[in-house]
Amino acid sequence: MTQKVKVAITVNGTLYEREVEPRLLLSDFIRHDLGLKGTHVGCEHGLCGACTVLIDGQTARSCTLFTVMVDGSDIKTVESLGTMEEMHPIQEAFSEVHALQCGFCTPGFLMTTVEFLEGNPNPTAKEAREAIDGNFCRCTGYENIVEAVQLAAKKMAAH
Amino acid sequence: MAEKYVGKSIKRNEDRRLLTGNSTFIDDINLPGMLHVAIKRSDFAHAKINKIDVEKAKALPGVVAVYTADDLGDYWRPGPLQVPPPSVIKGAIFNARPLECIAKNKIRFSGEPVAVVVAEDRYIAEDALDLIDLDVEILPYVGDLEKTVAPDAPLIHEDLESNLAADVVQEVGSWEKAVAEADVVVKKRLLVNRVAGAALENRGIVVNWDANLNLLTVWATTQGPIPMRNSIAKYLGLLENQVRLINPAIGGGFGPKIMSSQIDDVVIPWIAMKLKRPIKWVEDRRENFLGTTSERDQLHYAEIALKKDGTILGVKDVFYHNTGAYNPYGMTVPLNTQAHTVSNYRVPNFLTEIKMVFTNQMVVTPVRGAGRPQGVFVMERLLDAAAEELGMDKAEIRRINLLQPEDFPLRSGIIGQDFVEGVLDSGNYPYALEQTLEKIEYEKFKKEIQPKARAEGKYKGIGIAMFTEGTAVGPYEGCKVMVGVTGKVSVVTAYSNQGQGHYTTFAQIAADNLGVKVTDVDVVTGDSGQWSWGVGAFASRGITLVGTAIHNASLKVREKALNLASKLLETPVDELEMEDSVVRVADIPEKFISLGDLAMRSNPTRGTVEPGMEPGLEAASYYGPPHGATGFGSLGMIVEVDPETGKINIERIVITDDCGQPVNPMVVDGQIHGGLQMGIGEAFYENLVYDDYGQLVTASFMDYLFPQATDMPDKFEIIHSQTKSPLNPLGIKGVGEAGAIAPPACMMQAFEDALGLKDMFITESSINPSKLYHYVQKAKGA
Repeated sequence: MTQKVKVAITVNGTLYEREVEPRLLLSDFIRHDLGLKGTHVGCEHGLCGACTVLIDGQTARSCTLFTVMVDGSDIKTVESLGTMEEMHPIQEAFSEVHALQCGFCTPGFLMTTVEFLEGNPNPTAKEAREAIDGNFCRCTGYENIVEAVQLAAKKMAAH
Repeated sequence: MAEKYVGKSIKRNEDRRLLTGNSTFIDDINLPGMLHVAIKRSDFAHAKINKIDVEKAKALPGVVAVYTADDLGDYWRPGPLQVPPPSVIKGAIFNARPLECIAKNKIRFSGEPVAVVVAEDRYIAEDALDLIDLDVEILPYVGDLEKTVAPDAPLIHEDLESNLAADVVQEVGSWEKAVAEADVVVKKRLLVNRVAGAALENRGIVVNWDANLNLLTVWATTQGPIPMRNSIAKYLGLLENQVRLINPAIGGGFGPKIMSSQIDDVVIPWIAMKLKRPIKWVEDRRENFLGTTSERDQLHYAEIALKKDGTILGVKDVFYHNTGAYNPYGMTVPLNTQAHTVSNYRVPNFLTEIKMVFTNQMVVTPVRGAGRPQGVFVMERLLDAAAEELGMDKAEIRRINLLQPEDFPLRSGIIGQDFVEGVLDSGNYPYALEQTLEKIEYEKFKKEIQPKARAEGKYKGIGIAMFTEGTAVGPYEGCKVMVGVTGKVSVVTAYSNQGQGHYTTFAQIAADNLGVKVTDVDVVTGDSGQWSWGVGAFASRGITLVGTAIHNASLKVREKALNLASKLLETPVDELEMEDSVVRVADIPEKFISLGDLAMRSNPTRGTVEPGMEPGLEAASYYGPPHGATGFGSLGMIVEVDPETGKINIERIVITDDCGQPVNPMVVDGQIHGGLQMGIGEAFYENLVYDDYGQLVTASFMDYLFPQATDMPDKFEIIHSQTKSPLNPLGIKGVGEAGAIAPPACMMQAFEDALGLKDMFITESSINPSKLYHYVQKAKGA
């Protein structure tokens, strides 16, 4: 068996010190080692964006990174946003304008939106559409997601 | 009177869970001691198996077992035929060849499973796949729809005389007579490409066999939980209630998840029982592309006979339908094509023949649209060609041939996928056409916008197409509705949800009848342990069939609650009202009993009850329609095309859709959005392509162009028309596939209109910048 490697990774504010195989994908580490199953895996080759998380504040595809590559990083997943009882404004916006159907791709869209709105708190529809272009959704046709991103911006500005 | 929910756009009950990462999808299920499966798939499209050597794989530390067809012994058998042969159609030939699940002597498509590895973790299981040696004798690959039935074609199933899988002819009136009376007959050879369902979540299964309880628990992403439960029970020799099949949250379906005759469905439950360990298989994206199922891929020889004034006299369509290496899902797709070819227009004479053929390709089963887009593509293209021939406007030739409101209900004479003669239950097609033409400003575009754009060197065009959507077919669905002791309502069905919003729309129907808040209705879908009967999520049938069953069951519960309250409150039923989760005396609001208390009292623990009494505020109901309810609509598009680069821009897209009474218009719009996205994808982005050796060269999202946000128009402009279905009390029709049906037909017309080249006629349902460029060059004679 391959020798395991020690990593120390902060996920959603908690420091995890673990020994992992060098080939362990970050998406599998997050989902199966840490049990944070809100991050989904849709294509395993970095195209669909369902597995998008924030690494040190920047979006990344967790399915095409090895866990050992992010040793020492600060990671945020969908679980870092709101809860069932109190959702994050972005989550509220997605629900209000029906920007999700099956919900499988949604966590990736939410994390992409978090990063995007930090850089552009008042986007036009065109900017919002371009921001989500790298995330695949099969259910919604994207129109409502574009609207949700803009609505989320308004909600966050009002907070 | 409390506000009613049906017909209102309300936020979905299921959103919070999905948005916060608190849903359980198939790969989120982990059981103690669980083993993981990886499937070895053939790289060859057509080959005889000499030997499969798994010894090295078995020896890898962490590998628990490896199975080939031989290791299955007596258990090895083809998967179930999921849809029976169309024996109801006179003269129909159908050679049933259900999936082998795991190839035994022969490989029939690239991606076909040849071995199963079970290991302590998925990484090890996948390592072991590389250690399996496959010794084969390669056979010639057959992929061409016509050549595969040529006399010298290599046989895919040697026990058959040819690769013809089925032949079904249906005729209404007489095509010969139509030709004899016609002023013109226009012929076209039309191709429909192949597309993937491409749900963002792949398929998966988790199985746990508890020998002490005699209970096999199966979590699966299936769209048909009960048929899958039944086939697993039959294969493994268990009673239905010894198999509990549960749908976890499902990340999109779009058709291919209806399959319950593949390796995971048939072989993995057997392995779980054999190894007495929980076991999980989750498909990866490459497997999904190669080995699941996909759809379309037809070749049509179509003709239309008309009078000089554009009146249709008849249509003839002989088409090849590729079913891939097997045909486990029967004739569903091509029968849908037949049924949808002439469903918008008065076509007195219609001759249609399906030649279903086997090829060395993955199996074809329904993908959102399921045969409908092909039929609509053929008819709409024929009308476009006829309009050119007769010098008529494209909208006008449709207008004069449309079925009229007084034509309904109309018996079509064509047996559909549900094995009953098609009946168009209701509709107002002219309204749908005119609404779209008006909204998209068809006349203004033709007279002002297009010439002006052309003068500026811009190539803009408009397309208009009609469609119907046969929905809500039988045989039936059912449900159980119960008021609980908390006063909250439980709705349990074995339907399957993949994101359509059932946790809300089903709840809206029950809430209205029981006077409770929609958020107080808990909907369970796809759990055979809670509700044992149903058929599955296909043919846009959920809201109509299950919705109607819920409507009927909740009315029965209402009656039970009112009768009990009448006794307890000593007030006649007609003086009672049921709202705000209580039953109260209409004129004396303080005299009431809560639904929760009624539920408690409905299950007495002492005393005697009257004969015939049924405990609990609970009722079950089944609903099966005599035939489907037909939705319909029209689609208009304005596109701009760059003839030099083939780049396109969809400037406007307008759809008029009629799905009867919408239960939640927001959800209906969402269905239409997603459908349009798939239709646009099919027409210009998505394409499954096999090379000359039967290798799928588009088996990743790098090669298979999944439509992205910037590929879509800024806005889907939706007009709702409402012709209630006379078939069910709420007047509902389905809508799941509506958007996906007409885009290819509409877009090709719009491209031609934009380019305005006399001899340019697009004969394919899917093109791309390069193909578009070649059409332009050909038309210019370059």
